[in-house]
Amino acid sequence: MDFLQILALIIPAAIFSAAPLIFTAIGGLFSERSGVVNIGLEGLMVIGAFVGIVATLTLEGMGLGAASPWIAFLFAIVAGVLFSLFHAFASITLKADQIVSGVALNFLALGLAVFLVKNIYQKGQTDFVQNLIYRINVPILSDIPIIGRLFFSNAYVTSYIAILMAFIVWYIVFYTPFGLRLRSVGEHPMAADTMGINVIKMRYIGVMLSGAFAAMGGAVFALTISGNFAGGTIAGQGFMALAALIFGKWHPLGALGAALFFGLAQSISIVGQQIPLLQDIPQVFLLIAPYVLTILALAGLVGRADSPKAIGKPYEKGSR
Amino acid sequence: MKKGLSSKISPILFPLIAVFFGILIGAIIMLLSGHNPFTGYSALIRGIFGDTYYIGETLRTMTPLILAGLAVAFAFRTGLFNIGVEGQLIVGWLASVYVGIAFDLPAIIHLPLAIGAGAIAGALWGLIPGLLKARFHVHEVIVTIMMNYIALHVVNYIIRNFLLVPGERTSTINPSASLASPFLQTLTDFSRLHYGFIIAVAACFVLWFVLWKTTKGFELRSVGFNQHASEYAGMNVKTNIVLSMVISGGFAGVGGAMEGLGTYQYMTVMSGFTGVGFDGIAVALLGANTAIGVLLAAGLFGGLKIGALNMQSQAGVPTELVDIVIALIIFFVASNYLVRWIISRLKKEDI
Repeated sequence: MDFLQILALIIPAAIFSAAPLIFTAIGGLFSERSGVVNIGLEGLMVIGAFVGIVATLTLEGMGLGAASPWIAFLFAIVAGVLFSLFHAFASITLKADQIVSGVALNFLALGLAVFLVKNIYQKGQTDFVQNLIYRINVPILSDIPIIGRLFFSNAYVTSYIAILMAFIVWYIVFYTPFGLRLRSVGEHPMAADTMGINVIKMRYIGVMLSGAFAAMGGAVFALTISGNFAGGTIAGQGFMALAALIFGKWHPLGALGAALFFGLAQSISIVGQQIPLLQDIPQVFLLIAPYVLTILALAGLVGRADSPKAIGKPYEKGSR
Repeated sequence: MKKGLSSKISPILFPLIAVFFGILIGAIIMLLSGHNPFTGYSALIRGIFGDTYYIGETLRTMTPLILAGLAVAFAFRTGLFNIGVEGQLIVGWLASVYVGIAFDLPAIIHLPLAIGAGAIAGALWGLIPGLLKARFHVHEVIVTIMMNYIALHVVNYIIRNFLLVPGERTSTINPSASLASPFLQTLTDFSRLHYGFIIAVAACFVLWFVLWKTTKGFELRSVGFNQHASEYAGMNVKTNIVLSMVISGGFAGVGGAMEGLGTYQYMTVMSGFTGVGFDGIAVALLGANTAIGVLLAAGLFGGLKIGALNMQSQAGVPTELVDIVIALIIFFVASNYLVRWIISRLKKEDI
């Protein structure tokens, strides 16, 4: 097996595994840049996966066929936004501890989703959807020698949307007035307030956007990878996305890079058995690689990560 | 005078209000999903108190929950958030089971050794995030989350490669390391209640004593309260952070030992997390990070979890309703600002 064949095995798998993490991590970025820690990304992904699958099954039942998962994404996003309001209301309006509120959100999302699945389907998991997101060869680009096969063949549209979205978010956060306001309420809310920026509103928007993106991430996971929903469908991907966000230093492109890196690590643990050099390594090392590398990275390999300064602190008007 | 009274009452009042609202909304969810809340909750209550067997099972479920709750509470008291209780519990479980299998000693040495192994494994798992926090200022939340996954995969690997007997599990521990108690079992109609419950209650006392009656405990709480002031007062903040995570992990590791030496007597290859560590977060929050609070909160959650099984079989309400109720309780505890605001409004009207 030559090097290119190995790459052809790993890279598409990496991009594929990374897509849900990219969506969720840039969602978390909106929230955390506005000064609200969002450990509830996991729960928001659960809601996205749940709604994505249930909506797809329902729409398929109505005869919408291949369009079903795409419409289901919209439902998932709306559900994610609504659900994130729990976190927003508790941590912004009620000034609850943001980490605690996020933990509550995770519990609530998983409990509610499985409760509803049992109520609707009378069993612990949903049926498998028939119309998953299909793989495509990107026209023209997939004909480029080598690169075309690695990056543009047999891939999911959602992966490209995720990568594109990271660039869009990068532009929004760093080059638009909205982005400036969002970052300013996360860095120095009182100064922002003095300048006439509505801190509470900006933070609500940040958290709601995190709900939209994280739910999209969950739905992408469900509709490309798992195909159905059960209690264990989303098992830690939200926390991985959070790690990617911190690994990427709260920067959209950094988060993108970190998510792709985690995707790579995950895909190696999946396809590692087929690669000569990695066959002899016990699989456990490949399994724990992303986590160990994250810890090492945080411990100094990527330098000090500077979180938004006001993160985790409720904003009290007039306090300093 | 009035103010002094209310500040004494509030640590009890707020959790009670939170529990009330959690149960109320749980009832509304049952109603909306086509279940009768009265049937559901009465099945739940019968599933907790209806039989000595259920009481025994509730106490058994409480045991690791208490220790996980104490682990979270201890870290919280010192200003750290330990989400890694789950991983610390898993490694503690494995270490205690390993000692239980590998050695053949008199029970008086073997049992403490096995529990101690669990504590040490958990403590080591807490040491890493503690060191990283103290030395490199790495946020302990992320590191402990990562450590959970590492624990899960590594423990599964060790069981698969070194300890496996047919059926995806380790062999059973030697009786000399077992916490199982025929006496407690007959007392509770052959539930799986074991002596670990006594250890868990003792651990509550240990936490209280260490935090509130020793100089080191004062220092740890002081660092949690205000790092800069503690530093100025001549305390070594870094050492205290590491120590706090180690002790917290130790509590969690003992929690794992309770499962390994008491309830199951072995360890299986795990497809996912046990959830006990995460429930420990809820227990600590509801218990306001106090020893007695953790004990009571673990009782509530343990009861809910055992009662939920009966609720599903008798009233057809999925067990997950209890998870929803627990989530809502945490939510309301965290949002006590609202309750405080309402109370302060009511007081103003009094005047």
